[in-house]
Amino acid sequence: MPEIRVTPLGAGQDVGRSCILVSIAGKNVMLDCGMHMGFSDDRRFPDFSYITRSGRLTDFLDCVIISHFHLDHCGALPYFSEMVGYDGPIYMTQPTQAICPILLEDYRKIAVDKKVVEITKHIHDNRALRYVELLPLSGTVQEPQSTSNAFTPPLTHWLLSPCILIPSACETPGTSPLMLVDDELEIKAYYAGHVLGAAMFQIKVGSESVVYTGDYNMTPDRHLGAAWIDKCRPNLLITESTYATTIRDSKRCRERDFLKKVHETVERGGKVLIPVFALGRAQELCILLETFWERMDLKAPIYFSTGLTEKANHYYKLFIPWTNQKIRKTFVQRNMFEFKHVKAFDRAFADSPGPMVVFATPGMLHAGQSLQIFRKWAGNEKNMVIMPGYCVQGTVGHKILSGQRKLEMEGRQVLEVKMQVEYMSFSAHADAKGIMQLVGQAEPENVLLVHGEAKKMEFLKQKIEQEFRVSCYMPANGETVTLPTSPSIPVGISLGLLKRELAQGLLPDSKKPRLLHGTLIMKDSNFRLVSSEQALKELGLAEHQLRFTCRVHLHDTRKEQETAVRVYSHLKSVLKDHCVQHLPDGSVTVESILIQAAAHSEDPGTKVLLVSWTYQDEELGSYLTSLLKKGLPQAS
Amino acid sequence: MKLYCLSGHPTLPCNVLKFKSTTIMLDCGLDMTSTLNFLPLPLVQSPRLSNLPGWSLKDGNAFLDKELKECSGHVFVDSVPEFCLPETELIDLSTVDVILISNYHCMMALPYITEHTGFTGTVYATEPSVQIGRLLMEELVNFIERVPKAQSASLWKNKDIQRLLPSPLKDAVEVSTWRRCYTMQEVNSALSKIQLVGYSQKIELFGAVQVTPLSSGYALGSSNWIIQSHYEKVSYVSGSSLLTTHPQPMDQASLKNSDVLILTGLTQIPTANPDSMVGEFCSNLSLTVRNGGNVLVPCYPSGVIYDLLECLYQYIDSAGLSSIPFYFISPVANSSLEFSQIFAEWLCHNKQTKVYLPEPPFPHAELIQTNKLKHYPSIHGDFSNDFRQPCVVFTGHPSLRFGDVVHFMELWGKSSLNTVIFTEPDFTYLEALAPYQPLAMKCIYCPIDTRLNFIQVSKLLKEVQPLHVVCPEQYTQPPPAQSHRIDLMIDCQPPAMSYRRAEVLALPFKRRYEKIEIMPELADSLVPMEIKPGVSLATVSAVLHTKDNKHILQPPPRPAQPTGGKKRKRASDDIPDCKVLKPLLSGSIPVEQFVQTLEKSTQHPPVPFLLEQHGFSDIKVEDTAKGHIVLLQEAETLIQIEEDSTHIICDNDEMLRMIRILRIPLSSKLRCLCLK
Repeated sequence: MPEIRVTPLGAGQDVGRSCILVSIAGKNVMLDCGMHMGFSDDRRFPDFSYITRSGRLTDFLDCVIISHFHLDHCGALPYFSEMVGYDGPIYMTQPTQAICPILLEDYRKIAVDKKVVEITKHIHDNRALRYVELLPLSGTVQEPQSTSNAFTPPLTHWLLSPCILIPSACETPGTSPLMLVDDELEIKAYYAGHVLGAAMFQIKVGSESVVYTGDYNMTPDRHLGAAWIDKCRPNLLITESTYATTIRDSKRCRERDFLKKVHETVERGGKVLIPVFALGRAQELCILLETFWERMDLKAPIYFSTGLTEKANHYYKLFIPWTNQKIRKTFVQRNMFEFKHVKAFDRAFADSPGPMVVFATPGMLHAGQSLQIFRKWAGNEKNMVIMPGYCVQGTVGHKILSGQRKLEMEGRQVLEVKMQVEYMSFSAHADAKGIMQLVGQAEPENVLLVHGEAKKMEFLKQKIEQEFRVSCYMPANGETVTLPTSPSIPVGISLGLLKRELAQGLLPDSKKPRLLHGTLIMKDSNFRLVSSEQALKELGLAEHQLRFTCRVHLHDTRKEQETAVRVYSHLKSVLKDHCVQHLPDGSVTVESILIQAAAHSEDPGTKVLLVSWTYQDEELGSYLTSLLKKGLPQAS
Repeated sequence: MKLYCLSGHPTLPCNVLKFKSTTIMLDCGLDMTSTLNFLPLPLVQSPRLSNLPGWSLKDGNAFLDKELKECSGHVFVDSVPEFCLPETELIDLSTVDVILISNYHCMMALPYITEHTGFTGTVYATEPSVQIGRLLMEELVNFIERVPKAQSASLWKNKDIQRLLPSPLKDAVEVSTWRRCYTMQEVNSALSKIQLVGYSQKIELFGAVQVTPLSSGYALGSSNWIIQSHYEKVSYVSGSSLLTTHPQPMDQASLKNSDVLILTGLTQIPTANPDSMVGEFCSNLSLTVRNGGNVLVPCYPSGVIYDLLECLYQYIDSAGLSSIPFYFISPVANSSLEFSQIFAEWLCHNKQTKVYLPEPPFPHAELIQTNKLKHYPSIHGDFSNDFRQPCVVFTGHPSLRFGDVVHFMELWGKSSLNTVIFTEPDFTYLEALAPYQPLAMKCIYCPIDTRLNFIQVSKLLKEVQPLHVVCPEQYTQPPPAQSHRIDLMIDCQPPAMSYRRAEVLALPFKRRYEKIEIMPELADSLVPMEIKPGVSLATVSAVLHTKDNKHILQPPPRPAQPTGGKKRKRASDDIPDCKVLKPLLSGSIPVEQFVQTLEKSTQHPPVPFLLEQHGFSDIKVEDTAKGHIVLLQEAETLIQIEEDSTHIICDNDEMLRMIRILRIPLSSKLRCLCLK
């Protein structure tokens, strides 16, 4: 029995290090290759040894597909290819390919900068970062020159070479380009709307298919459109379930909240610090503030850490086709990513008096510019820091979010945090409603949940099973789900046979379905269904005639010829739609069935009707015999 | 399968393919060479043009002189320019299901087709084709609408008059179908019918046909199309290039194994090498400028201009031209330059890698940044303030009949210091220049046409090996001006089928098979028999379901269990439909085995409605000349078995039982055992 097997190596009942193995019709595909931001030990990476303990990974996997540039979806790629040694094809979209090396590089820099105390302690011994430090040894990666400029040409350039681009999965419904991995395996990308270049994938072999959503967002935002999928009816839909139980307040509310807090702080002369990563949320928040500033005619300056703004935004300008329709339509007149109010930040500005808003990297306040500014501003209660995303344990960001207000800094200094600390989730995931909507659109036969918490998944699983009457699975990491499939077999039917059949009318009668008879010729892998005549002819076989002849005894004293006439007129009246003929030799035919009347050898008052038909006319033949057996109507 | 040829222009094709149950239009190019018969539309009142003498017939009849003007021995129609549309009468265009666009040049007739023929289908095109196509249409509409001209000439089109006119007016074809330009509203409506596609995307048409665009290497987003069902494949090749310019390279491999390859859009200047033309372009440009003259480059707002700008970017400094201003004037100049930078995915590898840095893929961004290249929507406004001479101006339209180029022709035509360089191959430059004669300005002809030449085509055909090639008739003979050059035509075996405007071709193509899906339950029940090494047979009796042109075979329903005598009787009272096809039997019956089966027919499972199950105990077998006779005395049944036939004779009372008993051993034997 053919089957589809799915094993999450990461993201099984968990968020982080997304990595899902799928075996479909003999093909093995790895979906995402992420790292876990919440761990600093072995658990940081998926356990690739699960795939194969002895053989080369490349021999085992047909391809790896990366859904988007977030590190929990692509962060283990360097480890996977450099350390584990995978060198097969890796598929991702162009924006993902362009941006993920930068995030990896960003991450690596934080790790190699020894002066950054707080996390280094945790990570010093862990395999991942040892590896990250090892990277330069491979000869293809150089040390970063300085921490301020994150945009030295992508050092993780090796990553680019083995990747295969998946063509644009535009927001426009209907556009879902297709890639052929080999003769049998097809990948189709759909717009996912989660971050720039995020895609959902359909993996298809013959008539079997699996859809993997990666992370997606069913509501459009400031710069991206909403995810969409067609009614592709996959055998299995693997969906994220970050917000399995929540129906979120609208994004507008969160945006309003954010703008209100920024506005209030600026109005009272305070400074707002927004620690961000260079790409992703930062651009969305910039658009948000930019339009707000313009509408409210605000004068307070908005800054973006040096080195980042221009080039980061440049990616967005070059990948306009991946943004939402509004931006695409107006970009010639006004490129949304050319900000009027957002200016480049200079170190000295941090000490200037008066209100301002500063976007600074990195996002978790664990190093670099954002931490420097934070230290300067933390003491003033008029100021505010807004954390727009998740913070890893051990970072300053995580500490202040968990309520800590006295921070021990290097040199035994204690930093007292008086400024306001706000957390605001801008992550763009589908909520419960959105997930249900996507399941409804794709109409899968089975659903499998990943990228969420077990408890919440349980709830969503029930909901999906109730509403869509499909099986829903939520395997833990390392647990395998096996789905039996029953693929249909495509064969070629000879056009003659098909047309002859179709000519009889398309509507099958549910009471008495008509049967199509043919012969399937199987030659190597070539399957053809042809009419039996053609099959016999092609293979040089003779037909075998199977004929039935039935004796029906009739009480009739008249002559045989007259009996025949009576039979003829009787049949003629009953079988109006059939060709009934009285032949000169005295026999009667109904279509190809022959009826002859003969005298009974012993009883002159009885006539014997010989009804003769071939196997092909069996139904009509049996019908006629039982009809004739009932006798002939009395001649009037 | 038929091909309706609606356009005779080999590089601006418009064909309709009827394939299976679908009607597919391949491109809808607009032949704009008709505008060459018209007087230019000047942006600024031109005394020279308005004072041209009228032209009338020799018989002194003067009624034509309002419509026709004479300039240096050529006669022009003084009217709003008109375009030659594809044939609209050959086939009912409202029956067209889809239109496939191969590149932005080949979609210019789209509004005429989608807006005025009752067309209700879908248009498929790539995003760059749509965006740049929109720009080309926008520019065209803008050029024509901003110079309103009251007069619309029609008298000269009268057949009796037309044949009295001098060439080329006399020879103009289909003049009665010539139409004025569409409006922006029609453009928007037409473009709204487009569905975007990406390379190698498979698009299902009614479940019957699949169409796929492939990169053709000619322009941003340009595509060739594969139109295929499971057993037939038609390739449509239109405007392809093997040269390395800015677009993604051509996908040749996917064209392999075509039954028919429709070949259009080859180079219009097969004798000119694009590389040397670019070289000539650069040297003529710098020569003129160095001598203090101006250079005019009539061009489209997208396409080759990107490559020319890139060339100049590398050339400017070394040629000492860095102080010379370059102007690009078009209502869509800005959009065109901006759009070119965001289609990274559609560009060649070199340009694609730039976005990873991130840098704009085309260097014209830098030319603009450094103020070397300036772009303006028209000569009015800012341009007039910034205008410095000597300079280089890129502007449209390449026909020289409308657009800002008309102004520069009038302005610079009188000085021999200036040069006009023709790079677009769509119009014959001498004809384009005719209404400006006499001209002092230098004219250089450097047509850059990167489309396939005949050497490349024959290599391509050898590579992809289509069974049949179909092409415009122009490609099956040498160009009329170079009739000795037999290398300038398509050479393939079997010879290409040619078409001309308004012709209908029956494509040499016999469909024999169609895909059908056998459902897994049915597949499991099939019993294949190997009858020759490697060849197996299985008899299939199944129910055919057809939906959306997809065919599925499902297992026959199980025979209804006898639930109640009455119901069954009624069913057998129905007169059976004799048109139903029945399986054929083949093979022969091994008598001994057959008799054994009859003897123990009680054990034979499962005979559904057999009430009394017992075997036959009194079987006699007689040998005859041709086979055997099996006698079942108790049942008064006689079975004649021969090599190719079996005849069962029995009494009526026994018949039904006999059939029921015999049906299974007999037919299963015949079908399976005896197929050996």
